[in-house]
Amino acid sequence: MSEFIDEVLEFIDPLFEPAFMIGSIKALVIAAALLGVVPPLVWLERRLMGRFQVRLGPNRVGPLGLGQPFADSIKLLFKESIIQSSADKFLYHLAPAVVVFTAIVAFAVIPFGEPVTVFGQEIGLWGANINSGILFIFAISGMGIYGMVLAGLSSNNKYSLMGGLRSSAQMISYELTLGLSALSVIVLTGSLNLIDLVQNQSTVPYIFLQPLAFLLFFIAGVAETNRAPFDLPEAEQELVAGFHTEYTGMKFAMFFMGEYINMVTMSSMITLLFLGGWNAYGLPLWPILAFAIKVFFLLCVFIWLRSTFPRLRYDRLMTFGWKVLLPLCILNLLVTSVIKVL
Amino acid sequence: MELLIFYPLAGFSLMLALGVVMNKSPIGSALCLIGMMLGLAGIFALQQAHFIAILQVIIYAGAIMVLFMFVIMLLNLKGTDTKWRARERNTLLTVLTTFLALGVLYKVITVIFEFNLDSPAKVPDTFGTAAVIGETLFTDFVLPFEVASILLLAAMVGAVVLAKTKLD
Repeated sequence: MSEFIDEVLEFIDPLFEPAFMIGSIKALVIAAALLGVVPPLVWLERRLMGRFQVRLGPNRVGPLGLGQPFADSIKLLFKESIIQSSADKFLYHLAPAVVVFTAIVAFAVIPFGEPVTVFGQEIGLWGANINSGILFIFAISGMGIYGMVLAGLSSNNKYSLMGGLRSSAQMISYELTLGLSALSVIVLTGSLNLIDLVQNQSTVPYIFLQPLAFLLFFIAGVAETNRAPFDLPEAEQELVAGFHTEYTGMKFAMFFMGEYINMVTMSSMITLLFLGGWNAYGLPLWPILAFAIKVFFLLCVFIWLRSTFPRLRYDRLMTFGWKVLLPLCILNLLVTSVIKVL
Repeated sequence: MELLIFYPLAGFSLMLALGVVMNKSPIGSALCLIGMMLGLAGIFALQQAHFIAILQVIIYAGAIMVLFMFVIMLLNLKGTDTKWRARERNTLLTVLTTFLALGVLYKVITVIFEFNLDSPAKVPDTFGTAAVIGETLFTDFVLPFEVASILLLAAMVGAVVLAKTKLD
């Protein structure tokens, strides 16, 4: 018997190694931070939107309305979850989970600072440092589409189905632009590793070397996160609320959590690829603070776009993606590669 | 440690692979297939072939399966209204597929028995990295690679032409 226990202990021994423990703690911290950043972001969006539209926004609950996101979260948590009787129960419950899960996992490879040393252990400020980090994010965000597709399919509602179809078509189309514009940066660096990408930008951020790629990546990023003016999947006037029409309470909130976390991930991606990541360029800032400021600025731009631009028509959106953005991307990639080889 | 991850992943993939064949609803089958692809990607990642793992997710679980889901959505197939029973037994087909399956099974079993667990094949450290795959693809396998690209292009143009004539 004791031999058996020894064998089992030996089997699970690696679980207690420092590397494994550090990894688990990092994963927990990143997941908790991402979930915790959602309510303040909702508050920020509502306040900023209010200002852009010359009104106050939420200002009653607590100072500056800061209590509003907490009140909203508590309300959403305790709301009754209504499920349509003809819905596919399993898929209906799976869909919001997929959306939030993929949103959090995609953040795992994003580095947000130089390695720090704590208690003699060097800890990198990233979830995981894998060699194809940038591809990992594309892969996982591609998985996120299924959440919307499944929500549309399982709700048994024509608006949901249309919303799901639109979201998958839109995301497939704009993922191409996203990937190809990132590719020209990858060609410049010669590495798929996000940390290498940032270190290569220590003198000049790539936004100056690749302005067109930056623009294309940014547009595709807005479309990829389903934000206005590309929020066709949830166009209120035509589709009620798109793929999450039939969702209530916390499951409804989970779609929003997914959207906001994706916004943070996309802003981090743009920061890493084009704005130099945690490089402060001479300013007296901690690397992590420099990164956070850039991400915060981009988040504000996302909100600014939403309150400025009207929504595109669906066919225009597809034409724009396939006939304008994609050819520009390929051209940019071609020119970059030629210059790089010469 | 590797085994601790490998066995659950392998079991998960096998179960989902069975699920693909045995599921009654097309959506269920498609989902099982996606899950199985992800399991396979996990096994690749376990072998330090991160690049292959990610390609597996992007191409198979991402791109191809999204198209499958698209077709299911457009046709609005649902498990409840679609009867997936074998309508007529085709004896010849049954015999043929049985032999085929047995042949594959035989091959798999012989390979497993021939495999020497004590000295597994040595895999170089660079196995499955982007650089190595790119180099192999564009030196040793450049002709098959280009032929496959042309085939895909032709298929794409063909699909567009077919869809166009239907619209007009």
